[in-house]
Amino acid sequence: MNVTRGGLSCDILILGAGPGGYAAAIRAGQLGLNVVLVEGDKPGGTCLNVGCIPSKAMIHVADEFYKATGFATSGKSVLGISHSMPQLDLKQSVSWKDGIVKKLNMGVAGLVKKAGVHLLAGWGKMLDGKTCEVQTEHGTKLIHAEHVILAPGSVAASLPSLPFGGSVLSSSDALALEEVPDTLVVVGAGYIGLELGSAFAKMGSDVCIVEFADQILPQYDKDIAKVVADSLSDLGVEMVLQAKAQGLSEDGKALLIETIDGEVIQRAADKILVTVGRKPRMDGWGASNLYLEMNGPYIQIDDQCRTSMSDVFAIGDVTGDPMLAQRAIAQGEMVAEIIAGKARRFDVVCIPAVCFTDPEVVVTGLLPHQAKEQGFESVVATFPFKANGRAMTMESEAGFVRIVARADTHQVLGIQAVGKGVADLSSSFALALEMGAVLEDIAATIHAHPTQSEAFQEAALAALGHALHI
Amino acid sequence: MATHIIKMPDVGEGIVEAEIVEWEVKVGDFVKEDDVLAAVMTDKATVEIPSPVTGTIVALSGELGEMTAVGAEIVAIEMDGESPSDDDEQEGQAAVETVVREEVEEVSVSAVQLALSVAPHSSSMTSNAEASYGLPRAIGEKPLASPSVRRRAREAGIRLDYVRGSGPAGRILHDDLEAYIAGSAHSMGSAPAASFNLQSRARHEVEEYKVIGLRRKIAERMQDAKSRIPHISYVEAVDVTDLEALRAHMNATRKEGEPKLTILPFILRAMVLSLAENPKLSAHFDDQQNVVRQFAACHIGMAVQTDAGLMVPVIRHAEARSVKDLALESKRLADAAREGTITRDELSGSTITLSSLGALGGIVSTPVINSPEVAIVGVNKIQIQPVHIDGAFVARQMMNLSSSFDHRIIDGWDAAVFIQKIKSLLEYPATLFID
Repeated sequence: MNVTRGGLSCDILILGAGPGGYAAAIRAGQLGLNVVLVEGDKPGGTCLNVGCIPSKAMIHVADEFYKATGFATSGKSVLGISHSMPQLDLKQSVSWKDGIVKKLNMGVAGLVKKAGVHLLAGWGKMLDGKTCEVQTEHGTKLIHAEHVILAPGSVAASLPSLPFGGSVLSSSDALALEEVPDTLVVVGAGYIGLELGSAFAKMGSDVCIVEFADQILPQYDKDIAKVVADSLSDLGVEMVLQAKAQGLSEDGKALLIETIDGEVIQRAADKILVTVGRKPRMDGWGASNLYLEMNGPYIQIDDQCRTSMSDVFAIGDVTGDPMLAQRAIAQGEMVAEIIAGKARRFDVVCIPAVCFTDPEVVVTGLLPHQAKEQGFESVVATFPFKANGRAMTMESEAGFVRIVARADTHQVLGIQAVGKGVADLSSSFALALEMGAVLEDIAATIHAHPTQSEAFQEAALAALGHALHI
Repeated sequence: MATHIIKMPDVGEGIVEAEIVEWEVKVGDFVKEDDVLAAVMTDKATVEIPSPVTGTIVALSGELGEMTAVGAEIVAIEMDGESPSDDDEQEGQAAVETVVREEVEEVSVSAVQLALSVAPHSSSMTSNAEASYGLPRAIGEKPLASPSVRRRAREAGIRLDYVRGSGPAGRILHDDLEAYIAGSAHSMGSAPAASFNLQSRARHEVEEYKVIGLRRKIAERMQDAKSRIPHISYVEAVDVTDLEALRAHMNATRKEGEPKLTILPFILRAMVLSLAENPKLSAHFDDQQNVVRQFAACHIGMAVQTDAGLMVPVIRHAEARSVKDLALESKRLADAAREGTITRDELSGSTITLSSLGALGGIVSTPVINSPEVAIVGVNKIQIQPVHIDGAFVARQMMNLSSSFDHRIIDGWDAAVFIQKIKSLLEYPATLFID
């Protein structure tokens, strides 16, 4: 292929400036490599533009509004606070959210620049394993690279019966709504559907959640799901489990749902939010010009994120589950070091996962049934937030911290929590697992009082048979 | 009061039994941590077993000269809080004198492994999980280690599956990894690590080994000598051209059974003659008592490098020996030191010391006085140099003498006179043989 004329050469070409791509770019830049980072959209990827960050902003809006609503509904606030009914200007909320996103876009661009990375705006298409053609504002550019990192990310999966468009929304669409729909049906009770579903419920929508499995958050266990489900019920969210979305009703104003009994019911839906997972983005960037071995729908990688082509790496959502920014960032940072000649492998013990539902969920390491499946004889201990002083003072007694540990060595295998604000406990959970903590380590670590983190220590003590506060 | 049992340690190399060659303690002795309990000999090396605890010896098992299985209990120590009496302490110190005696490149390694295997677990775990700590992992079980340990292993090209973990739940600690690295560096036949790039060749390991036996003795003595004695050093060049010619002649005409002469016996002879005029230099300064003991005899210590470290055997009454006799005696002592057959008597009692590194002697050195002596003569290498004689440069064989003196007792003047006399004797070698 004779396409080398007028090209730009670099050590590393990174396709996609999501969390994985930009992390790889920054690290590679720090290591003195010549990096071109190609991105057709704004830097930051799904996470920053239409995912983690904007959804958290909207969840914050919903929480604040819901809190204020609570104070306005007479006689409801046990705290003795009351004021008049609040109003929500969703347009303003969305523009505030967009401001945060914009600030972070600029932040990423600045970090990348500071690392000496060439951020090239335009959609890139791989021509072969070393060459990328980028459509920029100023025409087509060819990039020749010694190494390529593929980080194209993922897109929201759709249902054939409910293609996106009109009243059928993807999560990105939902985050851009300027009016709160009166009725909203969420299809798929994974974390994205639950986060957005409960946010809209708090902002005043009548929300119904349809899930094919027999519980919400089907990737986790029933104990965790129950706490979230109870809270959704309190919010007035209807959950239709073991059911399938069939399609829109004839007038397009309701969703037809097939229940487990074969019965078809319908729920009014001004909007329908489809959150049935995400799929790797394999279109539009020249994947077909490469000879990549696949692992199902994902690009197959080894523990150094190498693909089947030499010097072509892949990171992030395109390489499979869990599709989480923190995984992509870790992979990106590692790949940059590998290319720079360092000996690295992706050998983490856990990739912590957080759901910003209300209450929040943190999952690190093995769930109780997973420990059993892997052949560990384990001890499982739980400490409920209703026995935690700090939780009481925040009206957030729902939930617990749970520890799964080996019965023989007491090595901690998994830590999970569900409760208000527990997302921030994820760091100590992950640290404990990565450091190979045993129950005694956690039990002997002084946890500040009064904090919710005490429940972590108490769970470890409970696993050892001597919790203090229960 | 708890009893600490010490077992025959695994001294490495796949050895299953070892011979106790010496007990440094007896039942009833008070020992301090790191005091030497016994010397153990394998076919490779003699190593000392240090006490991991402080306490009183309550039992010794294993006969001298008998092979004892690795893992067999050999010493029981009752630990108590009592501090030792002075007498006990001195006895302990004396016991330390015995040192690694045989050959032994492996000694340092074995000693490290020894210290590792003898070291008690740092804390007493009360957990019921204790039993599994430090045990090898079951096949297929993922090794447990913190991220930094995992990365360090990766950089060193080591699979953690092969590293034993001493932490809770068998967790591999930084120390475990370092010990593994230190050990595997010496293990034969281990497959070379996978192809590395240059950066992975950067070495980060720090090997820690106990300063024991002879090395500790040397360390103590050097520390003591350097901190107590204000050294003055004096360097003078000696023209040994004529001496070397004489030496070559003597060696060429030596009779069967006579020793081959190095330059050292001539220097020893010169020292003897100079000491006769400068008796102040053959002396001990007891600075505790403020007494100098000036010896009529010249017992000349002779620094000898052995595999185990520096030793100083003593040529007794050098003043009563001929050059040939000095050559024979110094060779005998050096051989004995290197072979480990030298006796304590032969290693003590010197009144002045001669230090030489032969061809490695350099051009200047600053020898440390063999306390409580007051002088040491250092010999540098002989090299051909242009010397200006009678209006022309001529090639001469030149050798420096670098000497140190205890300035509390010896003034620069005395030192210079002593060395100048040696110089003159060596430059006119016939005078060495005139009494």
